[in-house]
Amino acid sequence: MDQLIKEVEKEYLRRKLNFSPGDTVKVHVKVREKKFEKKKEVVKERIQIFEGIVIAIRGSGTRQTFTVRKISSGIAVERIFPLQSPNIEKIEVVRRGKVRRAKLYYLREKVGKDAKIKERFC
Amino acid sequence: MAGLIGRKLGMTQLYEDNGTVIPVTIIEAGPCVVVQRKSVEKDGYESVQLGLVPKKKVKVTKPMMGHFKKAGVQPTKVLKEFRVEKESPLKAGDKLTVEIFKDVKFVDVTGTSKGKGFQGVIKRHGFAGGRASHGSMFHRAPGSIGQAAFPSRVFPGKKLPGRMGGDTVTVRRMKVVKIVPEKNLLLVKGSVPGSRGGYIYIKASKVRGK
Repeated sequence: MDQLIKEVEKEYLRRKLNFSPGDTVKVHVKVREKKFEKKKEVVKERIQIFEGIVIAIRGSGTRQTFTVRKISSGIAVERIFPLQSPNIEKIEVVRRGKVRRAKLYYLREKVGKDAKIKERFC
Repeated sequence: MAGLIGRKLGMTQLYEDNGTVIPVTIIEAGPCVVVQRKSVEKDGYESVQLGLVPKKKVKVTKPMMGHFKKAGVQPTKVLKEFRVEKESPLKAGDKLTVEIFKDVKFVDVTGTSKGKGFQGVIKRHGFAGGRASHGSMFHRAPGSIGQAAFPSRVFPGKKLPGRMGGDTVTVRRMKVVKIVPEKNLLLVKGSVPGSRGGYIYIKASKVRGK
């Protein structure tokens, strides 16, 4: 039964997971904007980059999501992306992090130097 | 057009090209065989009795065996009747697959909802209940169930606690997202009554407004 569900999902899988919690990634997100140009509504698409630390990966198949946390001008922002979303242009791994757990929610309570993750060299 | 018997496999989500998520239920629909064709002349109405082709051999009683032999088909575990038009060319022994829903946009899906056990009026009938705190002494009870001297009884059909779920539920106009004929799969948008592995009956929706 689950096998058949996986087979259906297979067609919709766009990318493989090439990072793990603790890594710093750049997520290239497609952003659609409605603009008025010459009194006409035009939908423009551009790429926005969201860079931060992956603090959680959950789910599987088409329902897999990952959470990226970054500090944007002093305010912490967390964004959850569906891994297989067509709105994600690409995901770049900037830095590999050395961590000992799968969910890094403890980072939320840490500030400054405490919130740093050691680099993993492989 | 007749319908199909199927099994609910489970749910997942797919993406549209613009990134919109579509929640889908995957149904293994058919293949089905026509076990009996009923007609106005003989039975008073027009229908086909379908059987879901089993994956394993099914044990059936002798009288049922005779019924299947008459149609010249292998015994099936589930049988379900679907109304058809008089002109329908279907006859006993015919096979139906998910391809019958090829050009269909919406389907009606019937299933047995999950059993919830003995439930109170809040969950079962959506009563509001009372206040939880501030000295309230009325929480989840049904309240008054009628008057006194007249009528001196509780009216039939009064909403009270009891068994919930396990009912036959039909969800109408479910959008067909995709069909996979090689694997007999039907993907509909949204949720379908019942648990995974439960038997469901699928029919094309009536086209309204025309």
